[in-house]
Amino acid sequence: MIPYRATRNKIPAAGTASAPALLAEDVTVSYADGDTPALKGVNLRVPVGSRVALVGPNGAGKSTLLKAAVGLLPVTRGTLSLFGQPVGRFACPQRMAYLPQRGELDWHFPLSVRKLVLTGRYGHLGWLRRPGARDWAIADQALAQMQLSELAERQISQLSGGQQQRALLARALAQEADLLLLDEPLNAVDAATRSVVAETLRVLHAQGKTIIAATHELEHLETDFDAALYLVDGRET
Amino acid sequence: MDWLLEPFQLPFMQTAALAAALVSVTCAMLGVYVVLRRMAFIGDALSHTVLPGLVVAYLNQWNLFGGAIIASVITALGIGWLSRRQALREDTAIGVLFTGMFALGILLMSTVRSFRDFTHILFGYILGVTSDQLAVIAGIAVAIIVTLLLLHKELELTSFDPVHAEVIGLRPDLLRYVLLILMALAVVAAVQAVGVVLTSALLVVPAATASLITNRLPRMMLVSIGVALFSSLAGLLISYRIDVSSGGAIVLSCIACFAVAWGVNALRQRRQQRRAHANVA
Repeated sequence: MIPYRATRNKIPAAGTASAPALLAEDVTVSYADGDTPALKGVNLRVPVGSRVALVGPNGAGKSTLLKAAVGLLPVTRGTLSLFGQPVGRFACPQRMAYLPQRGELDWHFPLSVRKLVLTGRYGHLGWLRRPGARDWAIADQALAQMQLSELAERQISQLSGGQQQRALLARALAQEADLLLLDEPLNAVDAATRSVVAETLRVLHAQGKTIIAATHELEHLETDFDAALYLVDGRET
Repeated sequence: MDWLLEPFQLPFMQTAALAAALVSVTCAMLGVYVVLRRMAFIGDALSHTVLPGLVVAYLNQWNLFGGAIIASVITALGIGWLSRRQALREDTAIGVLFTGMFALGILLMSTVRSFRDFTHILFGYILGVTSDQLAVIAGIAVAIIVTLLLLHKELELTSFDPVHAEVIGLRPDLLRYVLLILMALAVVAAVQAVGVVLTSALLVVPAATASLITNRLPRMMLVSIGVALFSSLAGLLISYRIDVSSGGAIVLSCIACFAVAWGVNALRQRRQQRRAHANVA
């Protein structure tokens, strides 16, 4: 395999490392140079295998923290690391999966639901290698888990909002990551989707995966998560 | 039947048909990404900016392909460079570079007394393609098609979801540059067939036609190739039979396909709406 990002440092195997899945120390993030930071001096420690909710109103910095963690936004001050490695040089993207907000994708793109989920395998394939039977099987299994098997051959714009959300989560499952960073997985979805997503998060937790989710929901916070970070205006409260 | 096939027994028509087919199929495949990534305007710009390269090469009697490749690669990289970090909107960067380069070409052309030599550059002259030129066109076509096939998975993903691509370690900006350079190369080959002015039509129209017919990328690519092949041969035949510009005839054949697809699409939508109404009632 020719990985998309060259690996420079040795990655400790999953589970054996004592380093937390995510460690944020005094993290400040700005969208552009000179702008007021969207995240101001945030601290967070997420041990491997735990579930942490990021809670707060819109614009509080929940998405910003997730984007910085997956390397989409640069950290301007402080340190942010995944499994003990700074995110900028985090050399093992296969170990994390990121669920974006549904509105950030072009749903009219000529793509089937099954193919969308299959793109979750690309990080494991790298350059030139085509998805094999195993990759398709993993994608189909993720579709089944999200109860989307019957819609697999539909074009992605023909799904309802809740189904699109499940398709994105199916892709994250297909990534077989140890750390899942979910941006509003339950925002504006139907009851059926809500229960499928909640059940999936329970299964992932039982498998020892680490979950960090931004959420508006305060109802099930105590039962569904081990800890919560409250953010207002880019700061911890 | 003879009326259709007889012209293609002439050697120069065979060379022309081969060149037209290679160019149009290459542009049609690349065009699918151009249309999906909303890069149609860049295609237009690139085809115009090869002009100064062609003129400089012509005036110094260098290789025309070399001049065109240099000019279009400079433009492709220039667009990427000017619009990085959003200092300038991309369409604005294109507008500046495209008109600037085209003006430079016109200025250089005016240093020569007669414009006549340049009509082939502007409007294409596929019937005059030599076997050497055909070899270069074939080389470019093979290079582009092989690259597209090898990078299909990455190009598809970065077109659809650049954020996911970046998270898994791919660099969407790098693939964009690859695509721009492929477009530059395609333009250089296509200019020979339909000229500077009509080249962007080959990049956009077959793919746009396909996008009206199907909503799957592999099928879209096949339909686009089919439209391009049909149009290049039909256009060539029309141009031979009624003695009109080959470039114009090829592009208008593409447009005719597009019009048919548009009609089919409109009918299909109306039928769906009627069915939806019936269901409600």
